[in-house]
Amino acid sequence: MRQITYREAIREALDEELANDKNVILMGEEVAQYNGAYKVTQGLWEKWGDSRVMDMPISEAGFIGMGIGASMLGTRPVMELMFWSFAYVAFDQIINNAASVRYMSGGKINCPIVIRGPANGGTSVGATHSHTPENFIANTPGLKVVCPATAYDAKGLMKSAIRDNDPVYVMESTVLYGELGDVPDNADLPNGELLIPLGVADIKREGTDISLIAHGRSVIVCLQAAEILQNEHGISAEVVDLRSIRPLDEETILESVRKTNRAIYVEENKPFCGVGSQIVSMIQEKAFDDLDAPVLRISAIDAPAFYSPPVEKMQLPYASQVVDKVLTICEPAYA
Amino acid sequence: MSTSAKTTPTTVTDPTEFATYAINAKMTTEEKIHILAEMVRVRRFEEAAFEQYQKGKMGGFLHLYNGQESVAIGQISLLGQNDHIITAYRDHAHALGVGMNMNECMAELYGKITGCSKGKGGSMHFFDPEKNYWGGHGIVGGQTPLGAGLAFHLKINGQKGCCLCYLGDGAVNQGAFHEALNLAGLMDLPVIYVIENNGYSMGTSQVRSSAWKNCLAYRADGYDIVWDMINGWDIYEVRAKTQIAIDRAHNESRPTVIEVSTYRYHGHSVADANAKKYRSEDEIKRFECEFDPIKVWRDRLYTEGVLTEDRYKQIDKAAKEEAKASVLFADESAYPTVEDITKDVYWEVDNDTIAGRTGRHFFND
Repeated sequence: MRQITYREAIREALDEELANDKNVILMGEEVAQYNGAYKVTQGLWEKWGDSRVMDMPISEAGFIGMGIGASMLGTRPVMELMFWSFAYVAFDQIINNAASVRYMSGGKINCPIVIRGPANGGTSVGATHSHTPENFIANTPGLKVVCPATAYDAKGLMKSAIRDNDPVYVMESTVLYGELGDVPDNADLPNGELLIPLGVADIKREGTDISLIAHGRSVIVCLQAAEILQNEHGISAEVVDLRSIRPLDEETILESVRKTNRAIYVEENKPFCGVGSQIVSMIQEKAFDDLDAPVLRISAIDAPAFYSPPVEKMQLPYASQVVDKVLTICEPAYA
Repeated sequence: MSTSAKTTPTTVTDPTEFATYAINAKMTTEEKIHILAEMVRVRRFEEAAFEQYQKGKMGGFLHLYNGQESVAIGQISLLGQNDHIITAYRDHAHALGVGMNMNECMAELYGKITGCSKGKGGSMHFFDPEKNYWGGHGIVGGQTPLGAGLAFHLKINGQKGCCLCYLGDGAVNQGAFHEALNLAGLMDLPVIYVIENNGYSMGTSQVRSSAWKNCLAYRADGYDIVWDMINGWDIYEVRAKTQIAIDRAHNESRPTVIEVSTYRYHGHSVADANAKKYRSEDEIKRFECEFDPIKVWRDRLYTEGVLTEDRYKQIDKAAKEEAKASVLFADESAYPTVEDITKDVYWEVDNDTIAGRTGRHFFND
């Protein structure tokens, strides 16, 4: 199958949706003339011009609020945050206005926006640039949040996010932008395009002994850990990728846990009230009798993001850490 | 430092000056009387709301517009099909002005299902997109980028229109407003920011809350945006100067900042300390006597010979009856139910689409 990078996959999604609906526009800092701070939008301004791909000043509250206002009249803005960490200067717009305007108007208004950009640590840019606010967003009714881990998912989820009539916040990863993945040509797809519905999790690797459940880049970490577990310990780990945090596919998670009877949630989010907290709570409530061990979590070490490169790598989940945690609740087939 | 407002007019407008502007000179008698009637409707509606609030019929806040009616009503009288408005939380007059009816507004204050937002918004959050009315926003200054966005949509779709975006004098110190001004100036947006300067940022007077040179609107200079000042109690001046801004938006796609001097009689919300804390009874009385927009306009229409006392009494009586009926309507309406809590959150869920049925959206039992 054709392989493209995660970055190219998002770009293809944006390009296809610009073609699909004239109301779709791209807005953000450096997205047009500069070709995108992380080159996600490379070439799109040249192709679509000023009326569809627009540079914005460094003014997140201003331009995101402007996008929300325009969306109330039917524009469908896809707004790039250079880092999701910059969302915090625009939280009134992102949280209060986007999530509440439909509700407070008694359903008279909707807000079909997408806000996208990287939300990850691991690149030594310090605490202010390494936030992972998916738990904040998922905590807010009215908003949707997706965290693609692969090029395939990034393309399919982005296209669905743009077509969705509610605010969808897409959290990408600068670490993944250059990663290659299988993404079919549209010509090879039955419907001629790749759309992945929000709210559907994906089994990234099948297994029988333990469920490693994750979102975003931690899915990749879990896949690495699963390989080690299989090769070195004879443990068959299943890797469940949430893909979409809200809406959430609870059934796929529960089905996996009912099969393996053990689970660990792995994420870059901080532990306190992280996404994993919600998932673990749900598992104990709905699959208690199927569990052979406590459901564990691996999160970022609970402190602001560390700068020093080798230390920051140890702050975020890594494969051998996942392996070690699994071995605390799984009996190895061979020692 | 003085604690008094800076809204006292230095001169009373020459009543003939703005009356001669084309937009006013062409007004019919009925149009003039309609503006009076609309202002009276707002006043009587809010008086009725205040009375019911004091009886405990409503929750939360009630931000009354008494004293400021000429601003919203005068400006809304100029708007056409592609002109939109958005405001902050003192939003009742704008709602009634665009044609929302008293029943749905009173019922919303009561939190009833028949309210304009089905009881989900309350006093600060009235909306009617079909009448180009985009709220009703509770966070000070938070609506100002949205106003830029409404104008932005008009611009990129080639529609000749504008957005009137209201804010109070307290909102001029919010970052969002400055970001919105920069975007409006930079991108040639047909938006008109109307600073309704009633002299008090909640309980803090203008001189205690804002640093300024000449006036608050002057800040627009830094964004290369044309600005103007208006004596808010004079309907002719409100209309004449606002029309210039609307023409600028329609014909040049350029923004304007307008600072309107006005005055509110009640506290920021009706529950605040008002004259007991941050201004004098005398100050309030003086504005009520000398600059009440309804009296000023009514007396002008008397002087012009287009209004009789009988007609005014009819208008007042009709407004009182309409307000009374809205109280009855709200009293008799049902409350929403617990089942309504999770409606109107997601468009896809409400419309029962495939997307709305995929995955769990709500995390209740």
